[in-house]
Amino acid sequence: MPIRKLSAQRLWLLAAYVAAAAVLFCAPLVLSDFRLNLLAKFLAYAIVALGLDLIWGYTGILSLGHGVFFGLGGYAMAMYLKMQASGGKLPDFMDWSGLTKLPWFWKPFEFLPFAIAAGILLPAILALILGYFTFRNRIRGVYFTILTQALVIITTTLFIGQQAYTGGTNGLTGYSKLFGYSLGSPETKRWLYWVTVAALIGAYLLCRVLVKSRFGKVLRAIRDGENRVRFIGYNPAIYQMVAFAFSAALAGLAGMLFVLHVGIISPSMMGIVPSIEMVLWVAIGGRGTLVGAVLGAVLLNYAKSTFSESYPNIWIVFMGALFVVVVVFLPKGAAGLFGQLKRLRRRRASNEGADGVRYPAV
Amino acid sequence: MKEQMESVILQCDDVTVDFDGFKAVQGMNLTLVKGELRFLIGPNGAGKTTMLDVICGKTKPAAGKVLFGKSGGIDITRRKEHQIAELGIGRKFQTPSIFASLTVHENFEIAMKQNRGVFAAMRAKLRKEDGERIAAQLEMVGLAEKSQWRAGGLSHGEKQWLEIGMMLLQEPEILLLDEPVAGMTDNETEKTGELLEEIRKTQSVIVVEHDMEFVRNFASFVTVMHEGKLLKEGSMEDVQRDDRVAEVYLGKRRDVDASRSTA
Repeated sequence: MPIRKLSAQRLWLLAAYVAAAAVLFCAPLVLSDFRLNLLAKFLAYAIVALGLDLIWGYTGILSLGHGVFFGLGGYAMAMYLKMQASGGKLPDFMDWSGLTKLPWFWKPFEFLPFAIAAGILLPAILALILGYFTFRNRIRGVYFTILTQALVIITTTLFIGQQAYTGGTNGLTGYSKLFGYSLGSPETKRWLYWVTVAALIGAYLLCRVLVKSRFGKVLRAIRDGENRVRFIGYNPAIYQMVAFAFSAALAGLAGMLFVLHVGIISPSMMGIVPSIEMVLWVAIGGRGTLVGAVLGAVLLNYAKSTFSESYPNIWIVFMGALFVVVVVFLPKGAAGLFGQLKRLRRRRASNEGADGVRYPAV
Repeated sequence: MKEQMESVILQCDDVTVDFDGFKAVQGMNLTLVKGELRFLIGPNGAGKTTMLDVICGKTKPAAGKVLFGKSGGIDITRRKEHQIAELGIGRKFQTPSIFASLTVHENFEIAMKQNRGVFAAMRAKLRKEDGERIAAQLEMVGLAEKSQWRAGGLSHGEKQWLEIGMMLLQEPEILLLDEPVAGMTDNETEKTGELLEEIRKTQSVIVVEHDMEFVRNFASFVTVMHEGKLLKEGSMEDVQRDDRVAEVYLGKRRDVDASRSTA
């Protein structure tokens, strides 16, 4: 490619990114502690949305099981926090369930680096295993989606059933300290917010690099025609597995951050309904564009919390209606709407024949 | 029949394909030498496309071998599609199958011969020589002006050319083309023929074709299939003079056929 990288359009785009990052970093100056905490939670959700967009929007594989990956990350972090809270003793819920000894798999979660690694790697490994058995055997489309739902049911049932080890339906809660700092203090919350912003920016940049790379082009090619990809010599199963695992790892990261902001993780947060909601963020925000996924997650959750504060019953109806409207009228989501407007304006500006602008690439 | 002095690059031995009891191909033999342009013809349902499917790995034969490469070669019937493509067999399907949401340039970029591993693809940069190769290919298939178009927006003929270009960038040793001139104008057909002549200088080609005019103009050696079997092999003149070939094409002696073709 010739060197014309710093065109005006690119400069504007860069400026917009920098401005967005600056606004996010400065948000604590304006927002109340309560609102800041909410925003932090939404930004964690946005990381899930990025991962989902990569596997669904770019690769064309719909996962309704990302709640599980999100939950695994959440549990990994919660286990660490719980160990801290109980200070060497047995965590309270184990005591109630009659355990006398700390289970072996809880032990390493005493260490934060291990917990963080587990929170990212466990979801990725689980996704790799599921991907290995499905993509390699060319299970795709609806069948794959149903399998991800089965994964959700199996996992939540397991977590609820093993109360002594997982806290059962109540999940893991009742921790208060991170590195000796109180999790509830505004000071800590502000720092955790900044960490989340940094994680989101990092995740966004990483996804952007991946999407723009040849790897990303092959993912889109798989979405367009998986078989054709085979006949030019790529093994789509490997690409799908890697994309799925990466997407799960992002969900795990988001789950860890979520627990730090919200202070609880339970099976209901990794269940079927949250898993479907995650997909809605991406669908409404605009799949196939990273910005769309992020905005979808943040704005929808913002709308959800404002609406459900005043009209808790209507929210779910509104959400359903919004989904129908988007699917019918805006198949590419809100981000796709901007693209359509831009195209319309460009066509009007240049009085070219319709041919030249009918299928522009950008 | 034909001088066996040249090196054999592909040898199909006694290939049989069974679709739930229906034998689409029965004991078919086919030998391709390097630099050969071979036409595979025959009436509908003769098993021509199935034969291509077997060679490129899309269909697994019930029996028989497909040996690829020099000096005996390796049996590729148990290999996966992408492995066969990597070995050097390119396939162009009857309906143009390109990646609609990628631009023309991106289609070429991923088709180009390269390391196709995941991590290689993550790091891959478009080097200067790659860019030049793609530019040359764009020029050759007449899509230079539309390199930034989404492939889905091209016309049917352009999609055909795009796919042919993609296959050439793969640099396969054998190209399998299924009705490459279907839906093309006379002009485009002629251009395709010239291209085939060009390709055979370095690579081997098998073309499945219905357009007899086209076959007559470019074929050196023709294989005729009928009901999954080899009917006749030879030069176009030989084939045209053959009684049995005329019979299956013109439908003489229907009574004999009718008793067999109910399957």
